[in-house]
Amino acid sequence: MPSFRVSAIAAKFLALMAILHVCSLAQAQPQTLSIAAYPAVDEIIKAAIPQWKKKHPDVEIKLVSRAFDDHHTAMSTALSTSSNLPDVMALEVSYVGRFAGGGGLEDLALAPYRIKETQARFVPFAFKQATISSGAVVAAPTDIGPGTLLYRSDLLKKAGVTEAELTQSWESFVLSGVKIKAVTGAYLMAHARDIKNILIRANIKPGDGLYFDAAGKVLVDSPRFVRAFELARKVRQQKLDGKIGAWSTEWTQGLKGGSIATQMSGAWQAGHLANWIAPNTAGQWRAAQLPEQAWAAWGGTFYSIPKAARNKALAWEFIQLMTLNREVQLNAFKGHDAFPALLEAHTDSFYEQPIVFLGGQKARLLWRDAALKINAIDVHKLDPIADEIINTELDKVLDQGKDIAVALADAKSLLERRVRR
Amino acid sequence: MKRPQLPCLSPKWAPYVFLSPFLLLFLVFGVFPLVFSLYLAFQSWEPAAGLSTMKFVGLENFSFALQDEWFWKSLKNTAWLAIATGVPQHLVAIPLAVFIHGAYRRSRNAIIGIYFLPYITSTVAIAMMFTTLFSTDYGVINQGLRALGQLPGLGWLLPAQPIDWLNHAENVKPAISLVVFWRYLGFNTVLYLAALQTIPADIYEAATMDGAGRWQQFWCITLPSLRPMIYFGVMLSVIGGMQLFEEPFILTGGRGGTDQAGMTTAMYMYRTAFEFNDFGTASALSWLLFIFVALLTWLTKRAFRQAQPQGDGT
Repeated sequence: MPSFRVSAIAAKFLALMAILHVCSLAQAQPQTLSIAAYPAVDEIIKAAIPQWKKKHPDVEIKLVSRAFDDHHTAMSTALSTSSNLPDVMALEVSYVGRFAGGGGLEDLALAPYRIKETQARFVPFAFKQATISSGAVVAAPTDIGPGTLLYRSDLLKKAGVTEAELTQSWESFVLSGVKIKAVTGAYLMAHARDIKNILIRANIKPGDGLYFDAAGKVLVDSPRFVRAFELARKVRQQKLDGKIGAWSTEWTQGLKGGSIATQMSGAWQAGHLANWIAPNTAGQWRAAQLPEQAWAAWGGTFYSIPKAARNKALAWEFIQLMTLNREVQLNAFKGHDAFPALLEAHTDSFYEQPIVFLGGQKARLLWRDAALKINAIDVHKLDPIADEIINTELDKVLDQGKDIAVALADAKSLLERRVRR
Repeated sequence: MKRPQLPCLSPKWAPYVFLSPFLLLFLVFGVFPLVFSLYLAFQSWEPAAGLSTMKFVGLENFSFALQDEWFWKSLKNTAWLAIATGVPQHLVAIPLAVFIHGAYRRSRNAIIGIYFLPYITSTVAIAMMFTTLFSTDYGVINQGLRALGQLPGLGWLLPAQPIDWLNHAENVKPAISLVVFWRYLGFNTVLYLAALQTIPADIYEAATMDGAGRWQQFWCITLPSLRPMIYFGVMLSVIGGMQLFEEPFILTGGRGGTDQAGMTTAMYMYRTAFEFNDFGTASALSWLLFIFVALLTWLTKRAFRQAQPQGDGT
């Protein structure tokens, strides 16, 4: 018995020492907020750390940055297993709806977050993009990509085409392309798919998604798709596209060498052109609104909090800093062309400044106008597969001469088969 | 003074203890994914919703996959690529190995090292390099063809316009095949060279004394002696060809190219899981692919068994 008593006392003593040791470690180690992001969101976060430290000198930021695709695959895996989840997760817009459907993200509309109290401070379409059909707000928008038409003013001038002609309607846009090609030899656009991509996004009824209506009915044989396919076919038939995929060698060479006359994209594209794709073309590019007053967004970044995150209060504070702090938002815009989702940041004099790369044009004002006119498109969990189906059918129309009505009917039946599951 | 006794490992447990590092790793990274994938093939699962949201759907994923036209398209693409890359690899590797075996002595290893280099080079680097080479307007391949076309008498043979290798459905598969052929030719050559070194030289000497020419020696001695290695090489090509992923994935930007002309079954499986978020169907696809690979492997084995001469195989 005595030996048992001695060992019991020793065990209690050791346990006490262990607890004290753990406590001392906890005191010594600063708290850590883990954030998962991708380029160049990681750079924007790094730049904001000094401001975070002013308020939370004892909270370390652990930033895990992966390549764009790797980041979203890692987040998908982390959500599926509820392990290795960060406190704050950066998400590109196309993944917001996909991840929201799973229910693994905090609803920021609920207490203690109550993001809806600050809804009026965000660009409306960006906030709607983070709101799912149940009314839950699964992320906070930080930057947006208002759509713009970037064009080579020197090539247009040579061909005698004005900006008004180029943007009056989609038909006039294609006609301008014919003139540009005839005089300069340059393609109107990189790929005929580009015009389809924007046209299927234009004039969507409120409440409808890109491929499905609010009731989940497939919309791919609607006039919106017919027109998009017809114009893409016209572009290909007139040999106005270079059949060049974005981000390929031909694409960068085409933009650099002047064999691509226009590029429809998010406003951030001007920054890419100026910084690394075609710095040699400074002064030759201009920005315009998309033809026929089509309003669309390319990309956009959001921050969300996983339900299994450990430091939700701190995570929310950090998200507020990144999304609701005017200075942080403007720094991201000035440093990384991340167009602010915060409306308060839209009043800065930076918008009035001419952009040297665009020949001194005050293009940020154009993009600011566009940002307020864009409608949010409802997302559906089958959007990625619908995208693939439509692109494959368009390939058949463009390359094999498949009839558009047949192609869209085939796309519809393929998609309906998936919906029925 | 009695020395303290060290804990002693019983001979009965020793093999298990020494095997345990491998067994543990094999269980975690080999057996578990297999079993989990089989389990997933019978489930419907929204991955972002967590593991608890899995729903048993029986054979639904399999029946969907078998009626999916993209699955059959991807399987046709895979079979096309497997044949177009596999057959030439062996048809070229065997004579090449025989040539290297006979023509080089001291420099043989250096020569074979050069042929083997593509096999050990990163697939990503290779695919990126070939993407540049295949570039329609700026690629060296089209530039070379253009230069050849300007030679007198060759113009009519070559296309007047640059070939759109990676954006035209008809050209995507030949372009991928070329890369895969180039990459694995050296590997197969090394296999056959190793087999050639095991053929006793006195058989050739006896054949020479009997008046057999080089062609007869190749046909009657070399080729039959290489049969076990040909069987092994073909088997590897069948399995590798059916699982082709990296080269087409990178060359076609992950999408399979125009009209998915270069989308292999392994690529479709990956996209179904990670792009279309359907892990259940992706797992079913993986098991269907496994069945096809097993079937083809069995057929290859049968073909080689039938080809064996009577009386052999004792």
